[in-house]
This record gives sequence, C-alpha cells and structure tokens, in this order.
Amino acid sequence: MSDGESTLKAPYFPHGSTIVDAALRRQEGDHGVGARGRKIDGAEKALGRTRFADDYAFPGMLCCKLKRSTRPHARIVRVDVEPALAIPGVHAVITGRELPTKFGIIPWTQDETALAVDKVRYVGEPVAAVAAIDEETANAAVRALRVEYQDLTPVLDVDTAKRTGDAPESKVNEHAKQGNVTKRVELSFGPVDDNIEACRKDGAVVEDSFFYCGTTHAPIEPHCAIGLVEGGPGAQGLLTVISSTQVPHYLHRDLAHVLGLPEAQVRVIQPPVGGAFGGKSEPFTLEFVVAKLAMMTGRPVKCLYTREEVFLAHRGRHPMRMRFTTAADRQGQLKAVKSVIDLDGGAYASFGMITAYYAGQILTGPVAMESYAFDATRYYTNKPACGPKRGHGSVQPRFAFECHLDMLAEQLGMDPIELRRRNFAGENVTLVNGQRLGSSGLLQCLDAVERASRWRERRGKLGANASERGTKRRGLGVASSMYISGTNYPIYPNEMPQSGVQVKLDRSGRVTMFSGASDIGQGSDTVLMTIACEELGVRPEHVRVVSSDTDLTPVDLGAYSSRVTLMMGHAALEACRRLREQVQEAVARAWQCEPDDVLLGHGKVWARHDTQQSISSAEAFKLAEARFGTLGATGGYRTHPRGGDYRGGTIGASPAYSSTAHVAEVEVDTETGKIDVVKVWVAHDCGTAINPVLVEGQIEGSTYMGAAEVFLENMLYGADAVGVPAASAARRGGMLVGPSLLDYRIPTTLDTPAIFASVIERPDGNGPYGAKEAGEGPLHSTIPAVVNAVYDAVGVRYFELPLSPARVLAGLRQQRDGAQPTTHKAAE
Amino acid sequence: MTAPDSGPTATKRTRLVRLLVNGATHDVAVAEHHTLLEVLRYQLQLTGTKQGCDKGDCGACTVLVADADNRRAPVLSCLTLAVDVEGKEITTIEGLATKGKLDPVQDAFDRCGALQCGFCQSGMMLSARALLDENPRPTLPQIQQALSGNLCRCTGYTKILEATLLAATRPAAAGEQPPKEPA
Repeated sequence: MSDGESTLKAPYFPHGSTIVDAALRRQEGDHGVGARGRKIDGAEKALGRTRFADDYAFPGMLCCKLKRSTRPHARIVRVDVEPALAIPGVHAVITGRELPTKFGIIPWTQDETALAVDKVRYVGEPVAAVAAIDEETANAAVRALRVEYQDLTPVLDVDTAKRTGDAPESKVNEHAKQGNVTKRVELSFGPVDDNIEACRKDGAVVEDSFFYCGTTHAPIEPHCAIGLVEGGPGAQGLLTVISSTQVPHYLHRDLAHVLGLPEAQVRVIQPPVGGAFGGKSEPFTLEFVVAKLAMMTGRPVKCLYTREEVFLAHRGRHPMRMRFTTAADRQGQLKAVKSVIDLDGGAYASFGMITAYYAGQILTGPVAMESYAFDATRYYTNKPACGPKRGHGSVQPRFAFECHLDMLAEQLGMDPIELRRRNFAGENVTLVNGQRLGSSGLLQCLDAVERASRWRERRGKLGANASERGTKRRGLGVASSMYISGTNYPIYPNEMPQSGVQVKLDRSGRVTMFSGASDIGQGSDTVLMTIACEELGVRPEHVRVVSSDTDLTPVDLGAYSSRVTLMMGHAALEACRRLREQVQEAVARAWQCEPDDVLLGHGKVWARHDTQQSISSAEAFKLAEARFGTLGATGGYRTHPRGGDYRGGTIGASPAYSSTAHVAEVEVDTETGKIDVVKVWVAHDCGTAINPVLVEGQIEGSTYMGAAEVFLENMLYGADAVGVPAASAARRGGMLVGPSLLDYRIPTTLDTPAIFASVIERPDGNGPYGAKEAGEGPLHSTIPAVVNAVYDAVGVRYFELPLSPARVLAGLRQQRDGAQPTTHKAAE
Repeated sequence: MTAPDSGPTATKRTRLVRLLVNGATHDVAVAEHHTLLEVLRYQLQLTGTKQGCDKGDCGACTVLVADADNRRAPVLSCLTLAVDVEGKEITTIEGLATKGKLDPVQDAFDRCGALQCGFCQSGMMLSARALLDENPRPTLPQIQQALSGNLCRCTGYTKILEATLLAATRPAAAGEQPPKEPA
C-alpha cells in the first residue's frame, strides 16, 4: 500500500518510461498525464445514453413517496396508516418505528433516523413512507396518512438556540450534551491577544462582525434510490441499493447498520451522478426506506425526490455569524487573527462536528499569520440540517478574513496583492496550527490574476469615467485561499486503505480498472483512464473503468473533501506500475534486453534504443500473460500521519493543499442596488494537472458557484423572508421559502460572469504525479474578491451576504448619511 | 406494515396517442394528465430526456418540437401534456446523432469539456441545436440568450458557450435538416 511517502524520496517523473515527448501530450488524441483529452464518458453523455439512477427500471417496481412534517418542532402523538393501506395499489407503509436505528455520517454524532421517531425537528422532515403501484397511488396514500402532533417550542435561529437549549420543550436534538450545541471547538496558537495589543499601538487592527447566509447545492439531478432484493425473501436476500450518492461505501455501512443486515449481504451501486457538490455525501432517508420497503414487499422500490424534497434534504452551507479581529504591524506583517463563530446547523449533526473545525483550521495559509485563535460553536435549530457544500466550512471564514486583509491593506496604505505576497507562508512549511503545507503556487496565482486583470493600471480607477456609466460604478477586488486535497484520516477510524484500485489486463490488450471512487461529473473515471494510458501505454479506447459498485470494486471512501484524484490516483498508479513492470520484464526477456529499455506508449511497446522495434500493447500483454499467468494487480493508498500534535490537530490536515487567487470586476448600479459580476480572473494551483480541461472545468464551475453566493443565493426560512407577514403561519413555522429553482435562483448563462481560468502547476511531492485538488479550492476566494470589488466600486464595505439589491442600497444610503467612515473612495 | 393484496389503482383517463419521436411512430395509450416528459421517459424508455425540477424552471427536460413549417423549437417536456403534441415531430437527445455520427453540437460539447455530470446537457444541447438551426452564426450574447433557460450547475457555462461557438463553425451532420439562413 502506498502512503505517498515514496514520492518524497523519489519524485515521480511523469513521463519516465514512456516514449512520448511531453510537448506532444498536450495535443488531442493522446491521453497521458497533462493531455487535453476527452472524457472517457464524454460521448455517452453527449448521446444522452448515460444511465443515471432514475433511468433504471425493473419489472414490478413500486413507487415510494414520503409523508413529511408540517411542524418545525413537535412530538408525534400518532400516525394513522390504515387509511393509506386501504387504498388499492398501496403495498406497504412504514413509519419511524420500523427503522428506529440511529445513524450519522460522523460516528460520534449518530443523531438521526431514516424517518422521524416520536418527534419531528423541521418542517418537511420525513415521517412515513409508502410504496404503491404508481406515483398517483403513492401520492394518494401520502395524503391519506394522518399524523397527529403536539407542538414544542420551535428554535429557528442561533440566538434562540443559545437561550433555550436546556429546557426539554426547546431542545432540538437530544444528542446535544449541553443545550443546543452540536460541537464547540476552541483552539489558540501563539500570543494572539498580546499581538493584537501591540498592533493597536503600532500597526493596524480591524474588528468586525460578518454574516454568511446559508446556501444549498442544487444539483440538477434530484436524489434517487432504488431498492432491490434478490436471491431470497426479505432479510434473507441480497439487498441492492442503486443510489445517486457520492459516498457508496458509507451508504453501504449505514444500510447494513440501520437495516440490521450483515455488510456482506448489502450491495450499493452508484451510477454516474448528475451533480452533487456535497449534497449527496451522506446517507439520506430515501436510501433506507426503499431498502426496507423492498425487503417488506419483495418488489423493487424506487424513490425519486421532487425538487422541493431536494431542497429539504439540504446539507448545504451553514449560515455563520463571525466576529473577526485581524491585526498587522506597520510593515504589513500579519501578527494575529482571532475569530468567534456561530454556526446555524439545523436539526441534525450531519458533518457538523467537522464543519466547526474547518471553520477555523483551514484559514492558516497560504497567507499566514503569526498567531491565531478561533472559537466556533455549531448549534442545532429546527431547520433542515446543514452540512458540507463545496468548500466545506472554510468558505465563510475565508470571506471574512480576505475582506479584512483588504481593509488592513487600505489602512496601511499597501496594495492588497502586495500584502498577500508579503504574508505568504512559503512552501514546505508548518503553519501556525501545525498543518504541513507542501507546495503552494500562491505567488504565481497572484501574479497571473494581477497581470490578466491589468490590476495595477485599473484598480481604484474604474470609477474615474463614472459619467459614461450613469448610475453604474465599476471596481476590482482580489482574494486568495487554500484548500485540502483529502483529509489525513478517514471518517471512521481504521487502518485500511482510503482508496483501493484493482487493475486487470489480458491478451486482448484491454485494461480494466476497478475502483470504488465516485464519478459525480468531476471526471474521476477519466483520471483513472489517464493513469492507465500513462503507465501502460495503451490507447484510451482500450481502457474500461468499472467504478463504484461495492460488489465489484475495492473500497474508496467517496467523492468528498477533494480527495479523489490524490488518493485514488496513488492507488491506480501503484497497481498500474506493478503491471507495467511485469510487461516490461516479459518483453525484455523476449527481446533479450533490460526491462528499463522497454517503453510503453501510444498503444505499443517499444525498444528504447531502436524505435523501429515495437509490438502492440496486446502482443506485449500476451507475453506477460504467458510469463506470469493471469494478470492483475491492486494498489491502495493511505495517508501517513500528519497534522498538529493536539486534540483536533489532525482535522484540516491534508497530504497537500491547493492555492487560489481571484480578481473580480463588478459593476454596481447605485440606483437599483443590482450587482453585476462582469469578469472574474482566477488562477488555481492544482499541482500537476492530470487533465487540464477537467481542471479548468472545476475552476470555472467553482468560481460560478462562488459568485452566485455573493449576489443571488440564500436559503430563507419563514422568519427571515422579506414580504412574509409577521403573523403568518409560514413566518412562525420555519418553513423554507420557495424551495424551487425559480425562487432559489441559481445563475443562468446571463447572470454568470465571464470567467478566465489559469491553471498553475506547482507539483506536490505527496500527490500522484504531483497532483493536488481542483474541485473546491477555487470557490473560496471568489466571494471576498467580489465583495472587495464592490468596495472598490462604491466605497462601501459590506459585511453580510448575500448582496441583494436591498442590502446594497441600504449600504449606499448609510454612506450618504455618513454612517460609515468616509474613505478615499467615498471622497471621490 | 404491508397491505393484504395489491389491487388495481384508481383508474386513469387514458387516450391512444400517435407520437412521432426521432423519426419513429409510436401509438401509445397515455394518461391524459401525463406530461410528454413522463411518456418519453417511462413509456418509451427514452431516458436521455431528464427531469430536474418538473415545473419548468431548469430546462433539463428540453426537447425539440417541429411546427407546421418543420421548424424545430425547444419545448419544456415537463410542462407539455403528451396529448398536446400528437402528430408533431419530436426530437429528443437520442435523435440528435444521425447515422452513427454525433451532431456537431454533441461533438463540440465533448471536445470542449462542456460535459461534466451531463445531466442538464441533453436539454442544453437541444437548445443549442435549435439556435444553430435558426441562426448558424450566432454571436456570444445570442448564445447566452438562447441557452438562458437551461440551468447547469457544474460548468459555470464557460465551456458550454465555447462548445456552441465551435459547433457553429461545423456543418450539421448528414441527414440533418439544412440550417436556415438567418433572418
């Protein structure tokens, strides 16, 4: 098993024993590392043939629908299932009593059940499930179900949660040991308060409260699961669940746990997923109920969430209220950062224990500080649970911190890019909280966006030709960030590989890769194919990837925390190298040369000293199969221990960190308050780009999603919603407002900025071929870059998201009224 | 709790409808309240057409429906009753490639990396095809306008716009109706 350590001693030379010139790889047609090749599943997707979960159908399949709570916080007095069961065509009805076993993605916070047992904790929580002959009948059965509630005190915000958690009437989740607290993390590194005091005397200190609103993933594919029992009735059969999950392995474990089956009797198949972004990274109600209903009825059962149910499943970004103090000395050296953060967690823990850590632990680079402290507390509230959305837990504090850097730069009279350069942590360094930062291309990223945006000529000057733009003002803003490439420890403690890959080759010339990794659109199957092409020299059309089926593929922990390319990549590399050595040895024996003189590439095997001498890959594999017997190899990856030597010091520790920089250009209409994010330049250091097209896609998608969180997206509940009368039921009830893609607006082609992505390659010794992550990092700094650009445009600092027209106008009004300190911009 | 037996469900009002999909004729008994999306996916097994929201917000279910002049226009199949498109030529993603050859739009989406998860892309590619049928040399703002009814959550649209521009430089596949001159 690989731990990535070997790469430190002998860095991988990507093109080591292949014949291809590196420059040639950048052309289409070649599929080794660095080639701009097509995706392995591109043509299938273009043809519309890719089968997502809802595209599967089985004979006799029943339709499952859920009865959901109408109360935010109430005891369930009685569920009357008889009227539903009496409807012809209804096969089964279950309530929480049938699935009482608690589960939870984090082993220490198993605080939820598949269906509510005895009490409901948010409006829309599943209470019962029906299986019926078709959708109409299932819906009729859901309507016929009667649930009697006894209301408890709804806890709809953090302030109420703090105040009321010890009264049983207002304790949201009994798992909380104290009040309504899911988790509190308090960590301190270095003399924070002393440093702040010193900077107050000589330097600059900024201290502000920020608020980051809740947002959700909104993948275009709704969650879908199918339960099947084969080979025996009920609990004796093999249970298969086909699900649109990002974490088939964790789902496998939790299905066995909740249904009381041996893990060996459960199979999870994850078809290609239609977008996830963290929204499918833990087990959900539908997966348990289709399994249970299939076991009860003996028929396949499918549940497809409606769009409204996708919103209710949520697990999106936590709303965070953050008090930040940031201090620099007169030279602009960052001396201290301190934060107090409240997280509004919703009804269940989800990943929340980790979120509370990530709210602090991922902020200490690539711009570094001398001392650092954070105190983050996650609270339970009566709303759908929050969880990990792209850039888990670290996006919100990054927004606050990077806005503060902008403010410090202004106070110190420095260029904000220069301030970041001055405080760059460096490479191969230990950060203030003990995390080990390997490679970091921060400086290259800053250079790239500074150049591309013509920052020096344009920043602070776009307001000059204001007369031409009428009421519109333009500005530029910068920000930077870093993110993990996987976590050092698996979610549940164990000594086994975090990713395994099995490779088979045979006399046909075909290479088959078996991997438990989840392709959710990011292209992990294509990464596997690329590694096979690179290592075994086969053509892309001769590689087949079999992924994410727990019966067929080795375990991979799932598509989360930007871990897949690094961990699965190492595993694939290890397996492929073993096979390559066998092929080289077999061919060398036939050619009577040294194995090192046998090169693999372009669908052939070549002699190093005589390129006229070559045979096809298939011929070479025949020689290897004759010499070594059936050809197969496995590879596995597990991190070696890293991170700080204190409780919690391993959370946020990663084998490698990416770095990003953004410059955003915005136009603010001072009359309407509307913000237009016109252009975003983004440079992202992903280590080695295994496929630059896929990397660009991740950078562009992250940047788009980040920009949307500034000016469009907001998970609003009754109590917060504008225009909902104070006395209305919705306002009291904590009901999600407008759970649709019309009301919760995600950007269209017309709202999305022009995005100019640069891939910066700063290989890291801990990544396969030096590769790091690209999927989540490039979201973070989009947000503060846009908010800092708004300041450059209109001279108003905004501390709360989203920047809705109303909020923008309110800020401009305050500026006119002199409520905000006058700045150089406002004076213009 | 399981029901004692599985009797027939409440009767649905059905009608025999002739649907013309991708050049094939299907006589289907459809429930009058079923949308074209439901009939395509669950009765004709044309699962390339996707359901993202089932209420006309996301565009994933877009198909092309030809009018009397044989001009194909994008239509939201989740907001269209199947009985209302009787006798009209319908093109789904399965009908975009012809004679074993990808449509230039499909090839360009694959080439440019515009396909990440691919879930929204059936609708997106059909909207792009409808645009190029009408306007073979669209400008970037025209493309943005034409695709603004199709939500994509993966790509940030950048590569989708690139792909559509690239497709506009290539002639439609053999068997396609010839692109009309821009008005």
